[in-house]
Amino acid sequence: MKMSGGQILCEGLVREGVDVIFGFPGGAVLPLYDVLPEFPLRHILVRHEQGAAHAADGYARATGRVGVCLATSGPGATNLVTGIANAYLDSVPMVAITGQVARPFIGKDAFQEIDITGITLPITKHNYLVLETSSIPSVVREAFHIAGTGRPGPVLIDIPRDVFAEQIDFHYPETVEVDLPGYKPTVRGHPAQIKKAARAIAESEKPLILAGRGVLISGAHRELRQLAETAQVPVVTTLLGIGSFPETHVLSYGMVGMHGMAYANKAVSSTDLLIAIGMRFDDRVTGKINAFAPHARIIHIDLDPAEIGKNVRVDVPIVGDIAPVLKELNKLITTANHAEWIEQLEDFRRKHPMVDASDGEGLLPQYVVDKIYEVTGGEAIIATGVGQNQMWAAQHYWYNKPNSFISSGGLGTMGFGLPAAMGAKVGCPDSTVWCIDGDGSLQMTIQELATLVQDKIAVKIAVLNNGYLGMVRQWQELFYNKRYVATPLYCPDFVKIAEGYCIAGLRVTRREDVVPALEKAMAHDGPFLIDFMVEPEENVFPMVPPGASLAEVMEAPRKSRKGLIDTSSLPVSNI
Amino acid sequence: MDDMKHTLVALVQDHPGVLNRMVSLFRRRGFNIDSIAVGHSEIPDMSRVTIVVNGSGAIVEQVRKQLDKIIDVVKVADITDDNITARELALIKVKATSAIRREIIEIVDIFRAHIVDVGQDSVTIQITGDEDKIESLLNLVRGFGIMEISRTGRIAMPRGNVGSTPLAEKTPEKAKRLKAG
Repeated sequence: MKMSGGQILCEGLVREGVDVIFGFPGGAVLPLYDVLPEFPLRHILVRHEQGAAHAADGYARATGRVGVCLATSGPGATNLVTGIANAYLDSVPMVAITGQVARPFIGKDAFQEIDITGITLPITKHNYLVLETSSIPSVVREAFHIAGTGRPGPVLIDIPRDVFAEQIDFHYPETVEVDLPGYKPTVRGHPAQIKKAARAIAESEKPLILAGRGVLISGAHRELRQLAETAQVPVVTTLLGIGSFPETHVLSYGMVGMHGMAYANKAVSSTDLLIAIGMRFDDRVTGKINAFAPHARIIHIDLDPAEIGKNVRVDVPIVGDIAPVLKELNKLITTANHAEWIEQLEDFRRKHPMVDASDGEGLLPQYVVDKIYEVTGGEAIIATGVGQNQMWAAQHYWYNKPNSFISSGGLGTMGFGLPAAMGAKVGCPDSTVWCIDGDGSLQMTIQELATLVQDKIAVKIAVLNNGYLGMVRQWQELFYNKRYVATPLYCPDFVKIAEGYCIAGLRVTRREDVVPALEKAMAHDGPFLIDFMVEPEENVFPMVPPGASLAEVMEAPRKSRKGLIDTSSLPVSNI
Repeated sequence: MDDMKHTLVALVQDHPGVLNRMVSLFRRRGFNIDSIAVGHSEIPDMSRVTIVVNGSGAIVEQVRKQLDKIIDVVKVADITDDNITARELALIKVKATSAIRREIIEIVDIFRAHIVDVGQDSVTIQITGDEDKIESLLNLVRGFGIMEISRTGRIAMPRGNVGSTPLAEKTPEKAKRLKAG
């Protein structure tokens, strides 16, 4: 049978279970696009390749499956780079396919030629330049295997135009073997180490679980819950670990880190045994590293051996996939009672509560997030931009289900929210998907509004519009003497912009209009945008100043809601 | 503080760009390599890479783990503490008028090195050995005037009946040590 390289690739994608591709065509991938309709692959035409990569990323985070994006050579490929880097830093399974100039032109600086395998070398788990049409099946099999197993990550496949076009005599093999002698992720944890961990947990008086995205990747939320409940261990999460443990659970103490709950950070500073699961001690999580968890022995469970001991010293390392490791660990865990420790945490929580969203009179961004939680019954998938909007979305919504919070952690990519929400909605069409975004973030990828319309993707968008690049402004307010350089932001009329794309929209300026607007958005069939004109200079609190330890939390000033905050009066509680 | 030279040996698949992947990793993670030597191994389509890294045990362990994550790197081991044979080859071109050639040849003989090329006013010495031996020879001939040095960097393998490094998990010495402590 004659098959073209493009057909072989599509056949491979179908066999990998791919149902949707986010892409943008161009010269080098034309022979692929030409055969695309022959296969049961939904193609979603984004408006910029960065949107394709973020959409594949959002799709992957929401579904746990490998997301696929596609771009042409040269600028198409380079436009994917931010999205690939984002997926790499957050361990998101993704396969990015790029076109390349035809083989005879490679290395000749041909039109739209760029060395994308070279460029993406440090931001992919692996990448391929396909020079033999017949090798496509094994490359596709390996790419999906590498992307989706072990510590997931993006894999890029670069395919020259003439490879897509080449017709060869070919029968797609029934099974394609993976031949990767250098790739064998450890799955089971070492039994002796697991035993050691169980002993440490039994001996601890103040144990604390710190759960990261690894728990979600491994699908280990049930095992985590069993561990926490059996041994009565309180749980805090990283930003990306949100959803790995129900936030309304009695043992949940929220998020740690720079904008984590003061009581969560205090818990880390007080625990005598930190059980770190599927997380990598990022500097935004640890604060000043040598003052991190000063009283604790540390158990670190992670799939990636290179994460063990990278940033902090670890007492009991366990390398393995989280779910099987926790299953084994749970067999050795005995019921315990840490009432005294939990009471201590409750006391922290009473003394250092979160910012009250219903405080004051103005339209607070926290209030908006709070109401989105109420109106969606906590059942929505929330995708965020990066900055203040992201932190408020993390702090003031209660995430009880895995993979319900989709946010750019490691790279902190502004513009992630809208395309990621788009990908999440495509992957989970029956879920309500809200994009909580800032006016700055949204404008970085706002063109994807057109994609929502053309491909009928009913994402609801809440813009927390403060007319600033808010997080940067907050840093300028707190650490640069309020010199707001390059942060005041002219914004278009987002409702009119939405209207221009035939998307329904509303502007909300008053607190009492928030719920009716949200209800209207929920009832609307299709995408909907609400432009919330929030307090311009509201800050994200609590905050651990950069370079400080988690014990030095800046908490919100209780009274002054409006206007500038007198930073000299900011309480820095040394806890 | 406890920085020392570590010898890592990696077995890698002969895929395009594999060396680029390794070197790029060193650069972006700020690891310093003293030398890197690559050549075919006894296994078809596999190369063996010997890397000398200067750093503390923790840093080098991080280097090893990061290298191990590269898909084309089949296996990598730190064989510093093993009983190993380590060699480097150097070519050294020294200024040598016929009047002092004799003197240079004497030194070369003591080091069991070889003169591999003689020019009008120069000789080229080939020496193999560990770095110390090469450095000693260099120090002795430096006075004559060194015109050019080319060194291969260290290559190494464990002594005795140990299988293919680093595929053979543990050398007997390492196994013994692990058992002991």
